[in-house]
Amino acid sequence: MINSTNDRSSKVAQTILAIYCVYLALPLYWLLAISVQQNADITGAFSIFPQDPSLKNFMELWMNPVWSRSFVNSLTYVVINTLLSISLALPAAYAFSRYQFLGDRQLFFWLLTNRMAPPAVFLLPFFQLYSAFGLFDTPLAVGLAHCLFTVPMAVWILEGFMSSIPKELDEMAKIDGHSFGFFFLRIFIPANWGGIGVTIFFCFMFSWVELLIARTLTGVEAKPIVVTMTRTISASGIDWGVLAAAGVVTILPGLVLVWFVRKRLIQGFALGRVK
Amino acid sequence: MDNRVKDNRAWLGVLPVLLIVAFSGIIPLMTVVNYSFQDILDFNNRFFVGFQWYSQTLNDPRFIEAFGRQLLFTGSVLVIEIPLGIMIAKGMPRQGKKATAILLFLAVPLLIPSNVVGTIWQLFARPDIGLMGVSLNYLGWSFNYTASASQAWFTLLAMDVWHWTSLVALLSYSGLRSIPDPYYQAAQLDGASQWQTFRWVELPKLKSVLIIATLLRLMDSFMIYTEPLVLTGGGPGSSTTFLSQHLATMAVGQFDLGPAAAFSVIYFLFILLFCWFFYTMVMSESD
Repeated sequence: MINSTNDRSSKVAQTILAIYCVYLALPLYWLLAISVQQNADITGAFSIFPQDPSLKNFMELWMNPVWSRSFVNSLTYVVINTLLSISLALPAAYAFSRYQFLGDRQLFFWLLTNRMAPPAVFLLPFFQLYSAFGLFDTPLAVGLAHCLFTVPMAVWILEGFMSSIPKELDEMAKIDGHSFGFFFLRIFIPANWGGIGVTIFFCFMFSWVELLIARTLTGVEAKPIVVTMTRTISASGIDWGVLAAAGVVTILPGLVLVWFVRKRLIQGFALGRVK
Repeated sequence: MDNRVKDNRAWLGVLPVLLIVAFSGIIPLMTVVNYSFQDILDFNNRFFVGFQWYSQTLNDPRFIEAFGRQLLFTGSVLVIEIPLGIMIAKGMPRQGKKATAILLFLAVPLLIPSNVVGTIWQLFARPDIGLMGVSLNYLGWSFNYTASASQAWFTLLAMDVWHWTSLVALLSYSGLRSIPDPYYQAAQLDGASQWQTFRWVELPKLKSVLIIATLLRLMDSFMIYTEPLVLTGGGPGSSTTFLSQHLATMAVGQFDLGPAAAFSVIYFLFILLFCWFFYTMVMSESD
């Protein structure tokens, strides 16, 4: 009896999951379908399957230096940001998870308030600050600026994972006569790969998708791909095919990342400690 | 968090984080607060005006309207995405290749830049070239989200659900996975119904991840900027102009530094207030 009610309601949940997956897939399919068509076909007769698929739009992106350069710009600041966030957040998260110190709780909440700040609030001062340091229009400026949001998030996530690792690990290492540096780098960090994978995922997620700050802090040289995409309107109107192709290309790094950290990610999520 | 050793040397570990957040957080925030009390004609010519910009912002009907729309949007997002995310997580297999594949697929929308999400939905929903737009019109609903405010809202919410429900689902899934099997067996032995199992076994365990999910969705939907900008441009009229877009127009479009700064401070305080309120409410319930 009990089993049958459980089964029925998990059937409902499974159906919802299946419908949701289709719902996720449809717009993605449409993006892909448009990206392999030419503008005349797109705006011409409507058809669910592309009539004359070609990779011309992708070639256009590849050949045009404006597109390819802005793609590299975006990747550069995302990598800078992720590396900085992880390396700064690791010791801090360790401190929060293992020690009590003066003002620790207040500090933790204050860090989180930065994650709550609307990026729009920081537009103007960021612009002036980074211009004053001569960093305007460099990937470094965007990478640093995004740290304001990703570092607190990284500390928050890593602290949750580290707290779930028993303190006995620290004590064992001490008894075995390992130095703190050896323990932290060779024992503790490997024990936290799951958490680090999840953190990389969240840092990347923020920095790669952020537009407002990236647009304000860059001009011509370091223009990110998300900004280039908003300027595809030419004299003859919007080139939907190229726009869609650019959309497909911006999804790729996320897919590659997810693929590389998939084991860590699953491990992290499965730990149930995304606290 | 409570069997921690007392040691103020731990500050050394936190120091690098403090430095970078101070550099990129406190200095800009102080600048904003500073501007919000001044009338800036140009950078050599400024006057102290006290709370003038604050009272002006709070009495500005455009601000009040944008604020109301923002509340409605954030409320709708939470009401739809949190239960839907939990349902999706409950429908997922507990382990195996299939679970991995679904997890990775669910993560995809989270990694798409927000303006690309806007573009995808523009391509998908346009009544002339979009799969959804054309289909809806074919089915007899005259659908054009650029002309009708209610349809623009419908499309925006559909987009946000598409973009962010996965986050709630992934977090809920991780919470569900942390429940040991004996809990379920005990509930079954006690003859608990499906709802009772959810209410008394799963929900308490999900609480901490749901707090995170709700806080993240609350904050992020309150700051939404790019997606409506790309999809609807804030229109038709100003029916989908939310707070961030209003602010960006003031600060970067019109260079009204003083009013924009006052707006920023109010905006930030509101978000802090919401989150603090929500956080303490949930925390006090647990005690």
